[in-house]
Amino acid sequence: MNPTLFLIFTSLLKIVGIVFVVILPMVSYSVYAERRVSALIQDRLGPNRVGPAGLFQPIADAMKFILKEDFTPANVNKFYYWLAPCLAMVPALMTIAVVPFGSTLFGVPMVIADINVGVLYVFAIASLGVYGIVIAGWSSNSKYPFLGGVRSSSQMISYELSLGLAVIPIFLLVGQLRLTDIVRYQIENGWMIAPFVGHWTDGWKWLLAIPMSISFVVFTIAIFAETNRLPFDLPEAETELVGGYHTEYGSMKFALFFLGEYAAMITGSAIIVTLFLGGWHLPVPWWNHAHGFHWLLIDGSLGGWRGVIGGLFNIFVFFGKVSVLLLFFIWVRWTLPRFRYDQLMRLGWVFFFEIALVNIFLAAIIIACLPQ
Amino acid sequence: MIREYIPVLLQALVAVGFAAGALIISVLLGKSGLRTQTKDSAYECGMVPQGEAQPRFSVKFYLVAMLFILFDLEIVFMYPWAVVYREAVVHSHVIFWSMLSFVSILMVGYVYALKKGAFDWKK
Repeated sequence: MNPTLFLIFTSLLKIVGIVFVVILPMVSYSVYAERRVSALIQDRLGPNRVGPAGLFQPIADAMKFILKEDFTPANVNKFYYWLAPCLAMVPALMTIAVVPFGSTLFGVPMVIADINVGVLYVFAIASLGVYGIVIAGWSSNSKYPFLGGVRSSSQMISYELSLGLAVIPIFLLVGQLRLTDIVRYQIENGWMIAPFVGHWTDGWKWLLAIPMSISFVVFTIAIFAETNRLPFDLPEAETELVGGYHTEYGSMKFALFFLGEYAAMITGSAIIVTLFLGGWHLPVPWWNHAHGFHWLLIDGSLGGWRGVIGGLFNIFVFFGKVSVLLLFFIWVRWTLPRFRYDQLMRLGWVFFFEIALVNIFLAAIIIACLPQ
Repeated sequence: MIREYIPVLLQALVAVGFAAGALIISVLLGKSGLRTQTKDSAYECGMVPQGEAQPRFSVKFYLVAMLFILFDLEIVFMYPWAVVYREAVVHSHVIFWSMLSFVSILMVGYVYALKKGAFDWKK
């Protein structure tokens, strides 16, 4: 087959598989999980009527969103009012394109687009998400959405600084922006924050894990702020702003905002996993007579059914890690109260900005001192 | 090189297609109700909307946007530096000191903004 045609065919297969078989069901079930876990934490029952243990609730919700009246208020700016939900949804779905979600399956690498700008693409596309919210707030011609939109734009751009600074130590170490190379590095040298693989008794690796762990914490918190999750959910603080930027929205347009927010959460978790937690890599402890105790690498490089099982195992491990992070997102929501706006801005601009900046030079000094 | 971006284009098309498709399905299948004047008005907790719809807001938001552009540019300069750092630092430590001096100059501006209270939202 023509190689370009083959590329188009396999990437279409991967895109449809990732978007419609993995991300969208994961989005709907993370909404379900959010409601059930919230209920568990607050000692309530949560949705448990539709299907066994309420498992069909997302389907019922989707039907309801589709069948509700699609209403456009008279005083809104029509074009932007319709554009905003799309702008909130599209970037969230697009960022997943560069994230490697598995090793190989039938010899095809499990990443949709393996481009050399990697993380820069993620930042470029993910920062478009702010437009959806700003345009929604502005075009609604109403006070609450307007305030929500303004707050949200300044919050999201503030935390983008910490986000951008926090990843630099990784590039200092790996010397590549491509995400598959970062995963490859972690397979050889152990995860960024826990380098157990390879020569794990090497003290330098553990010294390097210190700036990496700081980066990990700053990056994770900045992702919370970027996705407007509690304790950073000021754009839609219910008690002050009704619904924030989507107050004037209903039916499917509201659903797109909602889905976009959860999709952004999933892609954010996927990027955290790829950068700091080894991506699709899960070392399995193994022992044999020839090598003694060592870590076994499972991937899709073996021939026959073993390669297929290995490839599927990697995909499963990757989304398993993402799910654990999503549960962490939900858990935090019911643990921490919302910040006040001045606290939020101070935290982003003074605290995290400075920590991330010092952290870069900490990592740079350690790398400069590394023995050759 | 350009071939690597074909999947990105396809992904964009699928994402836009999904968003547009969802909206179209909802327009086609959604029930349509009566249009009344109250329903058309902006939502203000059930009261009649008061004053202008887009009130004046704090100038601090503009300040944040301007500072963001400044410091985001700084970060953009750090990416190419970070990528070549590990190979270059083996030969000489100049690459470390040059970035440190670049950031220190910017930090003068940062400290100025900090002392002027640009990040203090209590006032």
